[in-house]
Amino acid sequence: MAQEKKREKKKEPGKKDGEASPAPRIAEKGKKIKEDLDKLVDKIDDVLEENAEEFVKNYVQKGGE
Amino acid sequence: MRPRIYGLENEYGLIFAPNGRVYLPMEKILGYIFEGLIPNSWPSNAFLTNGARLYQDTGCHPEYSTPECDNITDLVAYDKAGERLLEQCLPAAEERLKEEGLIGSIHIFKNNTDSMGNTYGCHENYLMRRDLDFWRITEQLIPFFVTRQIYTGAGKALKVSGKTHYFISQRAQHIHEKTSSSTTSSRSIINTRDEPHADAEKYRRLHIIVGDSNMSELTTYLKVGTTAVVLSMIEDGFTIPKIELEDPVKAIREISKDPSLRKKVKLEDGRELTAIEIQYEYVEKAHEYLDLVGADPVVLDILERWEGLLGRLSEDPMQLSREIDWVIKKEMMDSYMERKGCGWDDPRVQLIDLQYHDVNKTRGLYYLLLKEKMLDRIVSDDDILMAMTVPPQTTRAKVRGDFIKFAREKNRSYTVDWTYLKLNGYWEETILCMDPFVSTNKKVEELILSSSYLRIFR
Repeated sequence: MAQEKKREKKKEPGKKDGEASPAPRIAEKGKKIKEDLDKLVDKIDDVLEENAEEFVKNYVQKGGE
Repeated sequence: MRPRIYGLENEYGLIFAPNGRVYLPMEKILGYIFEGLIPNSWPSNAFLTNGARLYQDTGCHPEYSTPECDNITDLVAYDKAGERLLEQCLPAAEERLKEEGLIGSIHIFKNNTDSMGNTYGCHENYLMRRDLDFWRITEQLIPFFVTRQIYTGAGKALKVSGKTHYFISQRAQHIHEKTSSSTTSSRSIINTRDEPHADAEKYRRLHIIVGDSNMSELTTYLKVGTTAVVLSMIEDGFTIPKIELEDPVKAIREISKDPSLRKKVKLEDGRELTAIEIQYEYVEKAHEYLDLVGADPVVLDILERWEGLLGRLSEDPMQLSREIDWVIKKEMMDSYMERKGCGWDDPRVQLIDLQYHDVNKTRGLYYLLLKEKMLDRIVSDDDILMAMTVPPQTTRAKVRGDFIKFAREKNRSYTVDWTYLKLNGYWEETILCMDPFVSTNKKVEELILSSSYLRIFR
């Protein structure tokens, strides 16, 4: 509780431009996740087999148990 | 909870991707892979020093059976060791192909379906008492196996009447019966194959072929762990009244088709419940049971995780994206589609669906996520490394592993199966090991001891 009050107080000056106070933090977090995701997708692209369509199509096994 | 012997068998998918286009019989590739594991001959069936068995199964799949384990954490390590053992054979096998002018890469997948809809399995084995009514037990087990896919499935994008759906389980769509003795023609929720590899008067085997192969250590841990708890409680008479499903085969398919986990299935008594609600019935009964009989820390951990994950699954299944295979893979595919602005039918997305299961650590997408620390684990790399060569120390596998290590060091030919060991040649006595709970054998100890004695005085 006390912490929350403190935070509200601190944020007050920033409120001038009419922004909701938690928004920048969420946006920051969202940006971080987005960056991580971009990095991961790049890494997936790095290891994915070339010619995806042919690779998947050729993946045929005899039925097992 | 009483001790039990567990084992996992995995049939792996195998493909050679040549740079040029040369057809190559899989038998030949498999032969080269096995050369790396078992020197001197082309064996299609071999036991290893860790007590496990590696062989060529129906449909030319490499199949790895873990050694007998008496706890779930060990089982996870030995299952993972199977992936590593196969992976380590790839460079030499590819080299052999290169000598024949065939340049390309061999891929081994730990999954259950190919692009034509053929399937191959992951079989779970639980040693159980013979003196119980097996059919009554299976009636209680079937609703559990139908619904546990919500935290054991490996996930699969499949085209059904022109539209691609994401299914929770790879195996569910290939199940046609409640119970059956066949593993290839009419696959069932409970298979009646009864080879206990132990005193058949005391034990029988519960052989489960309905589960998916898992990459995630946690998924394997929970799959076998929750099943072990449920089996024990049912054996001990802690049953759930009126849990039978009206049509289990229909239910397993319906649940698999709904990643939101809201689908309700019909019970025989007319009620309609979701898979999560049915699982809650089992987890509550398990609490009651384990409170009474007591449990070791591993079993308690399994119970706690099981209950926790049901809560998270009912809030939002995607919360399990560090633990459960179908969620991990779906999250990766969702992210990829979002970033690329593509859909389920994009070949790259279908490739992700397959390449998640590649056992090669530099190519496999499961291993990419592991490297990025995006997944939870149960064992360490060191545990797995050890499990590749050293048998479990508390079961019959230790006797077998020690025997094989000895025979190989002495360069002696040997014949081994789950229940016996034999050195070929002048000392041809067959050593029987019928009790899978016994990790010592006087005859094997004497054999190893007498041999080192002889060497000193030679």
